[in-house]
Amino acid sequence: MSTLVDRYRKADRGVRVVVIAVAAVLVMTLAELVTGTSDLTSRSTASAALRLAIPILLAGLGGLYSERSGVVNIGLEGMMISGTWFAAWGAWMFGPWEGVILGVLGGAVFGLLHALATVTFNVDHIVSGVAINILGLGAMRFLSSIVYTPETGGSVIQSPPIDGLPNIDLPFLAGGQLFGWNSPDFFGWLENLELFFLSDIAGILRGFTGGINWLTLLGLALVPITAWLLWKTPWGLRLRSCGEDPWAAESLGVRVLRMKYYGVIISGMLSGLAGAFLVLVQAGIYREGMTGGRGFIGLGALIFGNWMPVGVLGGSLVFGFGDSLRFRGPEVVRSFILAVAIGLIAYGAYSAVRSRLRAAIIQIVIGAAFLVYYLQVVEVSNQLLAALPYVITLLVLAAASQHLRMPAADGARYAKGEAR
Amino acid sequence: MKSGRLLTSVVAPAIALIIAFGFAAIALLLVGIDPLTAYKEMWVFGTTPESLIITVNNAIPLFVSALAVAVGFKMGLFNIGVEGTYLLASLFAAYVGAQISTTPVLHVTAILLVAVLVGAGWAWIPAYLKVKRGVHEVIATIMLNYIAFALSAYLFLNVFRADTAGLTIATDLIPETGWIPSLTPLLAAIGIEVRAGANLQGFLIIAIALGVGYHYLVNKSRFGYDLRASGINPTAAHASGVDPKKMIIRTMLISGGLAGLVGIAPLLGFYHQYPQDFPRNFGFNGIAVALLGRNNAVGMAFGALLFGFMQRSALILDLRDVPKEIVTIIQGIVVLAVVIVYEVVSKYVQRRVIASAAAATDFDPVTSAEAA
Repeated sequence: MSTLVDRYRKADRGVRVVVIAVAAVLVMTLAELVTGTSDLTSRSTASAALRLAIPILLAGLGGLYSERSGVVNIGLEGMMISGTWFAAWGAWMFGPWEGVILGVLGGAVFGLLHALATVTFNVDHIVSGVAINILGLGAMRFLSSIVYTPETGGSVIQSPPIDGLPNIDLPFLAGGQLFGWNSPDFFGWLENLELFFLSDIAGILRGFTGGINWLTLLGLALVPITAWLLWKTPWGLRLRSCGEDPWAAESLGVRVLRMKYYGVIISGMLSGLAGAFLVLVQAGIYREGMTGGRGFIGLGALIFGNWMPVGVLGGSLVFGFGDSLRFRGPEVVRSFILAVAIGLIAYGAYSAVRSRLRAAIIQIVIGAAFLVYYLQVVEVSNQLLAALPYVITLLVLAAASQHLRMPAADGARYAKGEAR
Repeated sequence: MKSGRLLTSVVAPAIALIIAFGFAAIALLLVGIDPLTAYKEMWVFGTTPESLIITVNNAIPLFVSALAVAVGFKMGLFNIGVEGTYLLASLFAAYVGAQISTTPVLHVTAILLVAVLVGAGWAWIPAYLKVKRGVHEVIATIMLNYIAFALSAYLFLNVFRADTAGLTIATDLIPETGWIPSLTPLLAAIGIEVRAGANLQGFLIIAIALGVGYHYLVNKSRFGYDLRASGINPTAAHASGVDPKKMIIRTMLISGGLAGLVGIAPLLGFYHQYPQDFPRNFGFNGIAVALLGRNNAVGMAFGALLFGFMQRSALILDLRDVPKEIVTIIQGIVVLAVVIVYEVVSKYVQRRVIASAAAATDFDPVTSAEAA
C-alpha cells in the first residue's frame, strides 16, 4: 500500500491528474451502483457539464491573460455581459458567425476601457473592475431599450430569438459525418456494451465528443494554445514578466504598458467569446442577467487552477459538472453526494496512510457528515446547489491558498520609469 | 495644501459628473433624442416635493451601503460583499420581526439588532479566511455574495416564507409595533405639505446618526487612527503596535454590521415584510457612492442623494419616449470617470505642491537630479 502511495507521489503532475480523474469516475460509478441510477456518468451529464464549463473556461482563460500581465480583472463579468449583448445583436442582424465576432469585439471594448483605467491612469484594479461591471450592465440595458423594441419581438430585458450555431459529432470517436459518410461511433459502441466502469468512461468521453459545437472545440483548443503562447514564445515570456516584476521587465527593454494592454484586451475578447457562447450555443437568445455570475466563477476557476491554463480547464470542468447537476434531477444529486462522501473517506484513508492524522480525521468526519446527509435527505434544494461552485472556490482557497501562487506583481501599481 | 484638498474632493467629482452627462448626451444624440430637453424634463420632474422625498428615500440605503464599503476602504479592505450581506440580513430581520411582538421601540431595536448581527456574522467569514487562511477578501466576498443569494433564496422559499396563500410570495407581515414611522407628519408640522403617497422614511434619522458616527469613528477616535494608519502604511502601523489581524476582523465586523442595516429602511419603512422582489443592487451601487464621495461622510451623502435623484427623475423619461436606462449609463460612467479624474487631479496637485516647495527653497528637482 505504502509503495503504491510513494509511487503516486513521485509521479509526474500529468500522471497524477489522470489518476485523480480515474479515481473520481470510479467513486461515482460505485455511488451509482448503490443508488441504482446511471445518470451521474452518462453521456448526457458529461455533455451538459462540458457545455456549461466552456463559458467558465473562456472567462477563466481571459482572466489568465490579464492577471499574467499583472492586471487584476474582476471586470470579467461586465465584459461577458457586453459579449452576450453584442453576440445576440450580431447574430440577429447578420448571422451566427458574425455574432461570434461582434461578441468578441464587444468584450474587447470593455477590456480596452479596463486597460485604459488601470494601465494608463493607474486606477486601482479592483475599483476599475467594479466600475466595468456596473457600466457593462447599464450600457447593455440602454442598448436593449433602444434596439430590442417590442416591434422586433424583444424587450428591454431580452432580444428576439436568434439562430444559434449548429452542433456536430466528432468523426470516428462519436459517429460524426465525414464528407457525407457516417463514421463509426466508437465510444457509443463501448458505452452500449454496459461493461462495469469501462462503459462509464466511454459514456463520459462520448458526451465530450458527440453533439459538440465549433465554439466548444475552439474553447478546448485555446487551452494548449494559451499554454504554448504564454510559456513557449518570447511574447508570452514578456507578458508574464510584466505580471511578475514589471520594473525588472522594463529594465530589460520590455514595453510593459503595451504588454499589459495586450493582456487586458485579450481578456476582454475571451470574456466576450464566453458571452457569445452563452447566447449562440446555450440559450439562442439574449436575456439580461443570463451571465449569472459566470465571469466570477471564471475567476474562481482561475484561482482553482493556480493561474495555469490546464488548471483553469480543470477548475471549469469541476464547476461545469457541479452546475450540470442542477438540471439532472434529485436522484443524480443524491448519488453525487454519496460519491463525495466515499471520496472524502477514501481521501481520509490516504491521509492516514501518509500518517497525517489530523487531516485524516477532518476528512473522514466531513465525509461521514455527507454520508449522514445522503441517508437523511431525499431531495437536495436547487437553490442550494446554485451555491456549489462558489462554495468549492472558497473551500479550495481556504485549504490551499498557501500553495497557490498568483503572479507576483498582480494588481501592483506600475508607472513607466518610476521606482517600485 | 488646503486648496489642493478642495480641488481633489470637489472638482474631481464635478468633472466626473460633467463627463458622465456628456457621454450620456452623446448616446442620446446618437439615437436621435435631444439631451438638453431630456435633462430639463428630469430636473423639472425631479424637483417636485414628492420627487425630492422619494429621492431621499432612495438615497438612504445607498448611503448606509456606502458607509459599510467606506469603513473597509479606509484601511485598504475591499468589501464587495455588501450586496449579499444585506439581502441575507434583511431576510432574517423580516422573519424574526414577524415572529415577535413587543413594545414599539423595543421591537424595532430587536429587528435592527438581528440585522446587525447577521450582517456582522456573515462578514466575519471573509475576515476569518483572510486572517487565518490568507484568502484575499475581494475573492472571498465575491463568492460569498453568490452563496448569500443562493442561501437567501433557499431560506426564503423553504423556511421563512409565509404559509398564507396570498397574491405575493413574502414572509409574514411584521406587526405594526415593528414599523419605523414616517417623517411626513413632521414635515407637515413645519409647514411642508406633501401629497399622500410620498412618505419620508423615518430611518433617515438613524442613517444620519450612522453617518455622524462614521465620521467620528474614522476621523476622531483612536480606532479610526489605527484604521487609517493601517490603510496608508500597514508596515508602519504594525511597527507602532497596531495588530493588523485584529484590525481586519474588527473592520470587517463593523462593515458587515452596517451592511446588515442597508435593507432596513425599505423593510421597516415600506414593505413591512420581505417580498420575493426585495430591492437589489444597493450593495453594488453603494460601492459607486463610496467612490464618488471619496469615503467622506458628507461626500457620500451627496453621492447617495445624486444617485437617488437620478433614479427618481428617470421615471419621467419613459413617458417622454426616452429610454430611462440612460441613467444606468450615467451611473456607470460616473464611477469610472471619478476614479480616473481623481488620479489625474491628485497627480496634478502633487506636482504643484512639489513645484511650490521647490520655488520656496530655491531647489530645482530637475537640475539637481541631473547633477546627482
